Amino acid sequence: MKREAVIVGVGDVPLKDGRVVGGGSVLQVQARAAKAALDDARIPMRDVDGLLVAGLWGVPGPGQLASVTLGEYLGIFPRFADTTNIGGSAFEAHVAHAAMAIEAGYCDVALIVYGSMQKSERSRTLGGRPPVLTMQFENVWGIPQPVGGYALAAQRHMHEFGTRQEQLAEIAVATRKWAALNPAATMRDPLTIDDVMASTPISDPLKLLDCCLVTDGAGAVVMTTADNARAHGSRMIHVRGYGEAHTHWSIGAMPDLARLTAAEMSGRRAFEMAGIDHSAIDVVECYDSFTITVLMTLEALGFCKPGEGGAFVSGQRTAPGGPFPLNTNGGGLSYCHPGMYGIFLLVEAVRQLRGDAGDRQVAGARTALVHGTGGTLSSGGTVILANH
Amino acid sequence: MTEAPRAASPAPAQPVAYEKPQPVVDPGTKPFWDAAREHRLSIPRCRACGQHHFYPRELCPHCHSDDLEWVDASGKGEIYSYTIARKPAGPVFAADVPYVIAMITLDEGPRMMSIIVTPDVEQVRIGDRVSVLYDDVTPELTLPKFSLDKA
Ligand SMILES: [Zn+2]
Repeated sequence: MKREAVIVGVGDVPLKDGRVVGGGSVLQVQARAAKAALDDARIPMRDVDGLLVAGLWGVPGPGQLASVTLGEYLGIFPRFADTTNIGGSAFEAHVAHAAMAIEAGYCDVALIVYGSMQKSERSRTLGGRPPVLTMQFENVWGIPQPVGGYALAAQRHMHEFGTRQEQLAEIAVATRKWAALNPAATMRDPLTIDDVMASTPISDPLKLLDCCLVTDGAGAVVMTTADNARAHGSRMIHVRGYGEAHTHWSIGAMPDLARLTAAEMSGRRAFEMAGIDHSAIDVVECYDSFTITVLMTLEALGFCKPGEGGAFVSGQRTAPGGPFPLNTNGGGLSYCHPGMYGIFLLVEAVRQLRGDAGDRQVAGARTALVHGTGGTLSSGGTVILANH
Repeated sequence: MTEAPRAASPAPAQPVAYEKPQPVVDPGTKPFWDAAREHRLSIPRCRACGQHHFYPRELCPHCHSDDLEWVDASGKGEIYSYTIARKPAGPVFAADVPYVIAMITLDEGPRMMSIIVTPDVEQVRIGDRVSVLYDDVTPELTLPKFSLDKA
């Protein structure tokens, strides 16, 4: 009989003003998130035999061998490790890899975990990476990282399709309305399109309020077999489909600046695996590093045609009460964005599908699409989840 | 309260050091930077499929052949996209704000990131024709930048 991999636990750590409450090292906060997710799953840490981490802790040495470091810290001996780091979409890829490992019998309980203390540690700058290897042809020019690459894409999208800055602002405003419903969100004050348009220019056409936050954060997801979930009395969420892809790292190598090719590839595969079409999706959690990321993702996943993203998000269609619930926790734009955000997309989708989302609950949500984007529009990971 | 820091005393008369990031040249990229120092824009061309590419690679990214040669590009192209940096990528670029970073489609086909040197950043548009110019920022390093043909 085929083993079915399911999600049984999610967890995060409390944030206040974008900082982890009580502080902590990057290992401490990941341990707290892991414990929260395992408690949620009703599965003990000692049962974890698969560990999936993307690292990026800004720590030379231990930060580079992320799985062995965190496994040691947690006191576990995994027999399956995955340190795939394709940027902020890594965690959607981790769900796919964990599902394959569990269904192949390679591990029984997989823990996916991420954390960052970048706000508290003040470790984030607009300065680039060292100008070595492929980066020597971009970072010498002073392109603000990573916003400059997204700005180049936004400018090209506006040129090809007539997308307007006000349409990008619609996304920031709608996302803020969701954040107002989430007590954990960093930015909850009301926002208008005029506010976004008048915010500090960063890298044309993107302004401060087109950009995600810089916060701390930690999150975790636990997966196991459906049989094990029943044995533990865990509340399970089914993984219906997944896909991943990456196309470039340097923005100069992006195949088409106005199309998110990685999301086109990963989304098509996830929908094919799930055997459903777009009308079956009740709620979408998609990476919003910048407003343009969302617009291009919605087009690439096929929720609208290429070039129609601006019209699709206009009139606050993605806000609470609108026809297309999107980024219901307030997203990277207003909830939190600790360097890589993809784990929080999964946490929120699971909460929505379990009916645990409180004031921001999408009524009757049965199927959710999660899409992570990493790098500079480099990678995509799509996961389709269902509570039935 | 601490005393406000004093301004540094004026530097002695000598060339201003170039403090921006400089490429860490490696064997795969040395021909490009060497050519730039000679005010040539040299890029790889694939003998198998005939296509140029940039940045330089060991295998053609189009057909994956290793039969490559370095050729001088025309230095002409057009702006595929651009952004005006209103905030600098670190303090060493602060004095340049606002500055234009562009993706340029060279007439030979590949795209290249560079700076558009212009007295008026607001006049830059996608589709503008551009030509290379060479900025000798140190005795060892020349950066190929571009200017607008319409200027
Ligand atoms: Zn070729």
